[in-house]
Amino acid sequence: MIHKTVAELSVALRQKAISSVELAQAFLDRINKYKDLNAFITVDAEKTLAQAKTADACLAAGKAGPLTGIPIAQKDIFCADGWLTTCGSKILSNFVAPYDATTIEKFNAAGAVCLGKTNMDEFAMGSSNETSFYGPVKNPWDTSTVPGGSSGGSAAAVAARLSPAATGTDTGGSIRQPAALTNLTGLKPSYGRVSRYGMIAFASSLDQGGPMARTAEDAAMLLNVMAGFDPRDSTSVEEPVPDYNKDLNRDIKGLRIGLPKEYFSAGLSKDVGNVIEAAIAEYKKLGARVVEVSLPNSNLAIPCYYVLAPAEASSNLSRFDGVRYGYRAKDYTDLLDMYCKTRAEGFGAEVKRRIMIGAYALSAGYYDAYYLKAQQLRRLIAEDFKKAFSSCDVIMGPTSPTTAFKIGAKSDDPVAMYLSDIYTISVNLAGLPGMSIPAGFAADGLPVGLQLIGRYFDESRLLNVSHRYQQVTDWHKRIPKGFN
Amino acid sequence: MEWETVIGLEVHAQLLTKSKAFSGAATKYGAEPNTQACAVDIALPGVLPVFNKEAARMAVKLGLAIGASINHRSVFARKNYFYPDLPKGYQISQYELPIVAKGQLTIDVDGVEKVIGVTRAHLEEDAGKSLHEDFHGKTGIDLNRAGTPLLEIVSEPDMRSAKEAVAYLKKLHELVRYLEICDGNMQEGSFRCDANVSVRPKGEKKLGTRAELKNINSFRFVEKAIEIEVERQIDLLESGGKVVQETRLYDSDKNVTRSMRSKEEAMDYRYFPDPDLPPLVVTEEFIRHVGTTLPELPDAKRLRFMKNYSLNAYDAGVLTGSRELADYYEQVVRESKADPKIAANWVTGELAAFLNRDNKDIAVSPVTVAMMSGLLQRLADNTISGKIAKEVFEAMWSGEGDADDVIAKRGLKQITDTGAIDKAIDEVIAKNPKQLEQYRAGKEALFGFFVGQVMKATQGKANPAQLNELLKKKLST
Repeated sequence: MIHKTVAELSVALRQKAISSVELAQAFLDRINKYKDLNAFITVDAEKTLAQAKTADACLAAGKAGPLTGIPIAQKDIFCADGWLTTCGSKILSNFVAPYDATTIEKFNAAGAVCLGKTNMDEFAMGSSNETSFYGPVKNPWDTSTVPGGSSGGSAAAVAARLSPAATGTDTGGSIRQPAALTNLTGLKPSYGRVSRYGMIAFASSLDQGGPMARTAEDAAMLLNVMAGFDPRDSTSVEEPVPDYNKDLNRDIKGLRIGLPKEYFSAGLSKDVGNVIEAAIAEYKKLGARVVEVSLPNSNLAIPCYYVLAPAEASSNLSRFDGVRYGYRAKDYTDLLDMYCKTRAEGFGAEVKRRIMIGAYALSAGYYDAYYLKAQQLRRLIAEDFKKAFSSCDVIMGPTSPTTAFKIGAKSDDPVAMYLSDIYTISVNLAGLPGMSIPAGFAADGLPVGLQLIGRYFDESRLLNVSHRYQQVTDWHKRIPKGFN
Repeated sequence: MEWETVIGLEVHAQLLTKSKAFSGAATKYGAEPNTQACAVDIALPGVLPVFNKEAARMAVKLGLAIGASINHRSVFARKNYFYPDLPKGYQISQYELPIVAKGQLTIDVDGVEKVIGVTRAHLEEDAGKSLHEDFHGKTGIDLNRAGTPLLEIVSEPDMRSAKEAVAYLKKLHELVRYLEICDGNMQEGSFRCDANVSVRPKGEKKLGTRAELKNINSFRFVEKAIEIEVERQIDLLESGGKVVQETRLYDSDKNVTRSMRSKEEAMDYRYFPDPDLPPLVVTEEFIRHVGTTLPELPDAKRLRFMKNYSLNAYDAGVLTGSRELADYYEQVVRESKADPKIAANWVTGELAAFLNRDNKDIAVSPVTVAMMSGLLQRLADNTISGKIAKEVFEAMWSGEGDADDVIAKRGLKQITDTGAIDKAIDEVIAKNPKQLEQYRAGKEALFGFFVGQVMKATQGKANPAQLNELLKKKLST
């Protein structure tokens, strides 16, 4: 049962082959059994089983939707009423959210069952899940390696079959990179497709929530629930939501795949490159055509991102001041001392680094040279994609330049860490939808992700193109050793 | 040396929207602390702002009223600083692109008109309040006010005296209330003012170093604070000192200004466009629509009153001081069909005095438009004299009914029956033979004495014109 996809479980639940309570219990048992992975920050069996019970009642009454009774692990960045919501930080280590994020609200309304809150890099700042106050998460494919980040807990949970699916958020690759490193299907929707209300902000103009699952079909089922305009989020877009499951099987004959030459140059491990090439060859067999495209400004994506994202973060994280909620330092002499100690003790090193970078980039005298310049670069990067999409339908390339790296390997070298998002970051800057799907394994035995980038609001096509690939390959069905 | 004062004002007008600028919480004043602060106002993790378009409508209204151009696209920015009453750690405000661009206001000081430039007006949110009492050495925070929409109206440094500054402030105060975008309550802080004050040698073109005065929240304090600050700056310069750019707080108890923070200590607010809010777009159609809802503005109303009702500038000014008073007056003229000048005297005289005495607003005046109109009609048709009318007014004020009720109940109807007046005159003449003799001997000043006596005898009810005529006849025969 634990190896079934969401789509399969949905059928099993309706056929009463299993109850939601049984299913939830089975996964809770596995979460407990594999708690060394450190995939979850909070598990609350009582709450989970109560939800499952309600779901069973709905199933019995014939009032079930596709996700009714399906356990979903929620990234701890989403506020969930009554749940500890830490965002991986000490500063929120005592924060029980008094309200539901729109995403949580929608999953609840769909009858899904919250399995728990997954570990993550602190405030989603990281690519390895090592910046979490709650400690690193281990990659089930090799527990000495990282699962990627920042949605590392969600990735490890789904890869290790501790949950059928999970939510993630992606500011610079935080869904796609961990999906690639743990052999999952992860989708970062177009900016504005999924409400950010209740999703604790890292960089508001880049953050986007999305599904992490084992198949494109499952990702589509989750996106059906998550997508849509939200009047509480002024940056969400009033655009009708298609049924993402409807076009999964559409023929992709004649599909034009753009390969950006910049994504296949130095920096890409040869191993990963080979896997990606094999995947492209598979697409050709499915009738797709390959065209070379160019994203000439992609080398600017990382510097641009590491100005804009910290700038926004430095402001977004100001509310964590110890005044109204969250952690407050024990001893302080006055207000300023309270602020300084609370934030010095409450935030980890990477978060502080980014707050400082961001505050610097916005400060008087430097604003034009950094923030404004980065905004200009952002437009150039978006233009590149626009041009590229005039000659192709989907852009493909590696998700991450390497497979999963060892825990601790890059934690002292922030720049090396930042480079692991080199292929994903520009997608956020352009606001486009991006996916990572399992494409094979490198010589080290670790999974490699194929990245697919679509036109604005073209999630349906990405899911369709992914699904067709998954019909003819079985990479996504591989299970990490020891988690059968 | 002769010095010239240069003043620019920044006014924060709290907009009269029902809900806050970026959340659905109510804006009502005076609620229990933190009962009008929702998840967005207290900046819980994950919450997002959604702009209240009503605030834009009000800003556009002001913009049109001061002849300003409206920016079709304006941008919300974040002003970053830490303070316990600022829950997000930043204030949402408009920085580089405000909704209202250059406009102007015409002021009048001692009969001299002057145009004051308005640099800009932008939308922003208010902060909460720190409460320092009742917490035993600790500070309480009330976030009810956090997120209330403000319109900050910034003037050019065009004023040259404290008097001009007050005139500008009063003009703006009158305008925002006319437009019904701000209640103008300075005590509750819905209309607040900071003043940038500097001095320079007369004839000098370059501006002097300015001080920003805060905490001057009444017209009187604005005048006093500016005067005292100008004095301080001149003293400083004349004794060889230098004015430093700083923020100063006005202490109304001691009538001094005190340094709050210098330019060096000024914060770097790290403004940048708020990524949670798309640019605010107001279409030409929206602006045009708002234009159709604009009421007649104070200046236009004043001129119309002078022309249509033949009023002098002073009376027209008083009557148009608020929209409510002007409306009251016009309704009285319409209903009573009385001489507009007489109606004006009653509204600016008796009515204004009583409102003032009892500290009442025109909206809750015990003497309604209908009652005032009735009174003026009885005056016009000679049922009562002007003197009696005052008695009737006071009775109406204290709730004795309308003019006819009071006149009937108190028997105040004017005596117009010639026979009755004749009879009263005869009695008075009979009782005062000595005075009659003196009068007839040429002491004509005694005429007033006889009028007074007859009035006394008729409890003031004799029609004055008739009385005069009849008395003259009787005394001379």
